Amino acid sequence: MVLEFEKPLVELEQKIEEMRKMADTLDISAEINKLEVKINELRKNIFENLTPWQIVQLARHPERPYTLDYIYLMTENFVELHGDRQYRDDKAVVGGFASIGDHSVMIIGQQKGRDTKSNLYRNFGMMNPDGYRKALRLMKLAEKFNKPVITFLDTPGAYPGIEAEERGQAEAIARNILEMSRLKVPIIVVIIGEGASGGALGIGVGDRVLMLKYCWYSVISPESCSSILWRSWDFKEQAAEALKLTAPDLLKIGIIDRIIEEPFGGAHRNHEEAASILKKAIIEELELMSKVKKDKLLDNRIKKFQDMGFWKE
Amino acid sequence: MAWFKRSKENISTDTRKDVPDGMWVKCDECGEMIHKKQWEANMYVCPKCNYHFRIGSEEYFSILFDEGTFKEMDKKIRSVDPLKFTDSKPYDKRIEETMKKTNLYDAIRTGTGELHKIPVVICCMDFKFIGGSMGSVLGEKIARAIDRCLKTGSPFMIISASGGARMMEGGISLMQLAKTSSRLAKLAEEKIPYISVITDPTTGGASASYAMLGDLNIAEPNALIGFAGPRVIKQATGKDLPKGFQRSEFLLEHGFLDLIVDRRDMKDRLGIILKHLLHKTNA
Ligand SMILES: [Zn+2]
Repeated sequence: MVLEFEKPLVELEQKIEEMRKMADTLDISAEINKLEVKINELRKNIFENLTPWQIVQLARHPERPYTLDYIYLMTENFVELHGDRQYRDDKAVVGGFASIGDHSVMIIGQQKGRDTKSNLYRNFGMMNPDGYRKALRLMKLAEKFNKPVITFLDTPGAYPGIEAEERGQAEAIARNILEMSRLKVPIIVVIIGEGASGGALGIGVGDRVLMLKYCWYSVISPESCSSILWRSWDFKEQAAEALKLTAPDLLKIGIIDRIIEEPFGGAHRNHEEAASILKKAIIEELELMSKVKKDKLLDNRIKKFQDMGFWKE
Repeated sequence: MAWFKRSKENISTDTRKDVPDGMWVKCDECGEMIHKKQWEANMYVCPKCNYHFRIGSEEYFSILFDEGTFKEMDKKIRSVDPLKFTDSKPYDKRIEETMKKTNLYDAIRTGTGELHKIPVVICCMDFKFIGGSMGSVLGEKIARAIDRCLKTGSPFMIISASGGARMMEGGISLMQLAKTSSRLAKLAEEKIPYISVITDPTTGGASASYAMLGDLNIAEPNALIGFAGPRVIKQATGKDLPKGFQRSEFLLEHGFLDLIVDRRDMKDRLGIILKHLLHKTNA
């Protein structure tokens, strides 16, 4: 899939591909070089001037790497663990032990599907209460065996379903937020796609919050915000603007700690490169966290969230 | 964030509107005309059908605190506009207007006082202030109220009424879930009681944080309580919602409330519960 604003870029890339095929018989290397320069300029121009709404679209790009892609590309010895031990195994969230660098960690992340069938299986990355309880069970397991927790946020929201409410969606999210604030092992949170509201925060409380460059994280999606505040679905661009949901904006107000670069043109253009950049950053963060004294860890974490907010008196 | 859409139910947030000549109130549920004096004496509950009118912090504080004991904390903390958020009007203007209209500084008030002679700290939300939406002010006031309990050992209560997080503060409002819940974790560590009293309506961010995290979760009868609003669920699932869905009785049945208490019994029941929680002799 090609997004509207990516089209001129993709057209030029196709053209250069065709020219390369002809280069065997014709000497057109000079033209190819010229076109390559042009492509780079165009790409720079497009990606340095993305609007918040375009970033939202990139965050939702169906070819973006998802949690399991990152796990397979940047970890070894992944052992997926299932179920909340209470009711069922929520497929919208995956988790398990993995090795990253020299570290043995617990990785937990929201998982989207790539086509209709897998999206139905993954419930479009929208967790039910059982998913939040599964995630919490795995975090407690990590705490017991003293393993850092890494969570990947990528959800359009917690699932708004009848059964979800019956089984206590609100309680499950609230419980996770509280328990994550006092989990006695380091927690590194990474927003890898969409970070929608309480559904994301339900696995998103941590010591360090990283965010890939072309992601969004906010209290509500731009579409829903538009429909409530503007009373129409047509103001999603304005809502995306107003919510300040991009990585640079969130870094400024202290909601995230670090922006992770993406490959030129976005993570969907090069999964391997995206994973290798993220892997390096996570290992750096793990090294940093391993230096924090245990008794400081929780105080720092609570203080981090206590400091969030703006008011006057 | 259901507070804009549910206009029919919102009508009762401004109770004065329902008093045609200042003397009579019409029950939203059964249509009964209730004399204002009787209505107040009955703690804003319909004597005919038990409908619990939506009331605010002023009323709850006067119902729960022993007379003359209430002292408000951090009264004048108020919102700024960190994102320079503008929808149909700028956020700071919306705040100004709402403050004028409601005589409140934000969607929550906090204070100390005594409940049947037991010192307590109570936070109470006001739904009529931008739909009881949670922003920075609410997070900070709750955090400071909890700090007071950590200092004095007083039991803590939050009376919730909220449509969710305040969109005009974007991600900052979302972080108030973490700010309040992590503070509650501290309170739990010190074994200081926290009672969550949930009133109509409590959805979104409030329910996904402090409202569901009480040592006891107590609701008034027939309050709407849930994570997603009913309209969103209907839209997402295309299904008809079962009768009584997301009401207090439904939550009690599914195990998420300890008990449902009629507003007229609330103070006495809380008094008994607090005495249990604070009783130390036979531990
Ligand atoms: Zn009635």
